[in-house]
Amino acid sequence: MNLFIKFDFNTVCTTVLEQCLEQLEIAYKIVGFGEVSFPKPLSEAKKKEFLALLAPYQIEIVEDHKRILVQKIKDAILEMIYDEDTEVQVKSSVYLSEKLGHSYGYLSNLFSEVTYTSIENFIILQKIEYTKQLIIQENLSLTEIAYKLRYSSVAHLSTQFKNTTGITPSAFQRIIAKRKQNLST
Amino acid sequence: MATDLTHIILADDDEDDRLFFTDAFEELKMSTAVTTYKDGVYLMDYLNHPDATLPHILFLDLNMPRKSGMECLKEIKANKRFDHIAIAIYSTSASDEDIENTFVQGANIYIKKPSDFGKLKKVLSNVVTTNWQYHTNGLNRDQFLLKL
Repeated sequence: MNLFIKFDFNTVCTTVLEQCLEQLEIAYKIVGFGEVSFPKPLSEAKKKEFLALLAPYQIEIVEDHKRILVQKIKDAILEMIYDEDTEVQVKSSVYLSEKLGHSYGYLSNLFSEVTYTSIENFIILQKIEYTKQLIIQENLSLTEIAYKLRYSSVAHLSTQFKNTTGITPSAFQRIIAKRKQNLST
Repeated sequence: MATDLTHIILADDDEDDRLFFTDAFEELKMSTAVTTYKDGVYLMDYLNHPDATLPHILFLDLNMPRKSGMECLKEIKANKRFDHIAIAIYSTSASDEDIENTFVQGANIYIKKPSDFGKLKKVLSNVVTTNWQYHTNGLNRDQFLLKL
């Protein structure tokens, strides 16, 4: 004998979520399809229990997955910028896709989706932040910094600094120095 | 990202500017909550309330009656409770020296009010995005300076 069954995915999934959350006594609100909000942040332990309960249904937290990969991309970029021993001979796109084992297109789309910015902009922002740090803390000249961060020229670094922050490196240096002066008087 | 709301406050005495500002954020569809105050006194009354939800980014017009943007900036910078607020000066054109002075006093961002709505949206989106980068990547806020 065969019975024909009609079911609604949304109701099924929502019911599973509700049952799991109630079993764990977690306060929750189902916001929409595929989104649950928690009035109180979940502890790591609770989150693990919740994930374990959901696993047999093949329900998993999407965001986490993506965020972990985005974090890996960020870590790889920082390593590329800060670690002088990581001599990056290839373009950063090739470096990232080889290091993380995904195509650059995939990484790039995912990154933009999660972080509000592109990988290219993130690299520039980080380099400029590092430049600021080197100016303030190590008193390096722009020429030394350009060499350290592998810019083709000082002019290139200087232009990128101005484009990113709206002010010139020397104005930046002046402002920070004056702030320090204000604090000490 | 979608669930991380960015709280934004604008203090500006010009009603049109306040309206453009909130409209721009509505059209940007970023997850932001925008509140506006019409002068520095109203703003500081709100911020000084112990239960106030402090904004991630505070936009200050420089010329306001009763209490100017510069006075607010100094008060805010003198109070540890407000350390995490990014401060954006939102003003009509000023001299380079004036701009630099707001940075020296502790502003993070200086925005010259754009003349058209499209530009305004672009500028505001840039501010929120950059602030978000500082927020999520643990960057040093003391060196957060942006002029648009």
